[in-house]
Amino acid sequence: MSKVIVVTSGKGGVGKTTSSAAIGAGLAMRGHKTVVIDFDVGLRNLDMIMGCERRVVFDFINVIQGDAKLKQALIKDRRLENLHVLPTSQTRDKDALTTEGVKKVLDELREEFDYIVCDSPAGIERGAHLAMYYADEAVVVTNPEVSSVRDSDRVLGLLNSKTALAEKGDGSAVKAQLLLTRFDQNRSANGEMMSVEDVLEILAIPLLGIIPESTSVLKASNEGTPVSLDEKSPAGKAYMDAVGRLVGEQIEMRVNPGEQRRGFFQRLLGRTA
Amino acid sequence: MFGFSFRQRKPSSAQTAKERLQILLAHERSSGGSNPDFLPLLQRDILEVVRRHMEIDSDAVDVKLERSDDLSSLEINIELPYAKQLKRA
Repeated sequence: MSKVIVVTSGKGGVGKTTSSAAIGAGLAMRGHKTVVIDFDVGLRNLDMIMGCERRVVFDFINVIQGDAKLKQALIKDRRLENLHVLPTSQTRDKDALTTEGVKKVLDELREEFDYIVCDSPAGIERGAHLAMYYADEAVVVTNPEVSSVRDSDRVLGLLNSKTALAEKGDGSAVKAQLLLTRFDQNRSANGEMMSVEDVLEILAIPLLGIIPESTSVLKASNEGTPVSLDEKSPAGKAYMDAVGRLVGEQIEMRVNPGEQRRGFFQRLLGRTA
Repeated sequence: MFGFSFRQRKPSSAQTAKERLQILLAHERSSGGSNPDFLPLLQRDILEVVRRHMEIDSDAVDVKLERSDDLSSLEINIELPYAKQLKRA
């Protein structure tokens, strides 16, 4: 059965699109047929991060409005057989997203794909609301920083109340997991940055992964390559671990999966999601 | 075709980022922010013209756009209803 996963955060700039691209590519690498949808109408960026910006012809809004068929708007990734991108419109505004339209497109995608990753815009308005509304699971992207954690808490409240699953009223809920990004083990150890445990204590949701602050993330975005395709990168490895957990595997939590020479970086947390 | 390049070195990722942005923004600005919104209309028109001469399915038209720095190409594929039979013959 296919799964709709929203990647959300409330706060902007914490790594939602980077994470959507990395998770989408990671799922595809594991053989799951995956589509990543950009919900940020008017500020399209997923196409750039995934390196298909020159191939956008039709978009999500064209499909919702019946101007194009879904298969015309889907862009097939050139690196990974199982990966597709559904770009959004750069010109319309977010009112072009309708609840019925989003449902129709997601229902059609569910027939063909194993995983549907919804890249939410920042904020909690229409685009963000609709990105999470039909989700089965949520990846809450959070930086170990006060405003990001606060906004994530707000988003968790919305996931528990303003989604199709929550509105069923039968105890169903979107399964939300934390993806802690831009984490710096040294600064955390020095007490300059909240620890993983601090953030988990506040948000009280399972931990999906810890993505270390890494230079490879900017490089990947410069080149339009999902960072999970960079096998040498600690961030890429951490995303692949997170993807493994997302599909239900037990993978031990490592803070810096890349830095194997330096034992103290490798402090195991003894925690699984 | 991609076997050799005039570039002497592999460009840095920052250079790649700048070039990608320059290409993309040149297109977005020149269309006055209204990206290829004409494409659905173009597709509809093409379908209409072709239908004057033969019966085709509305799924039979495939439009692809490829942008690069000095050239953009629009590729339109129309699947003709008897194409399969022709291939067999």
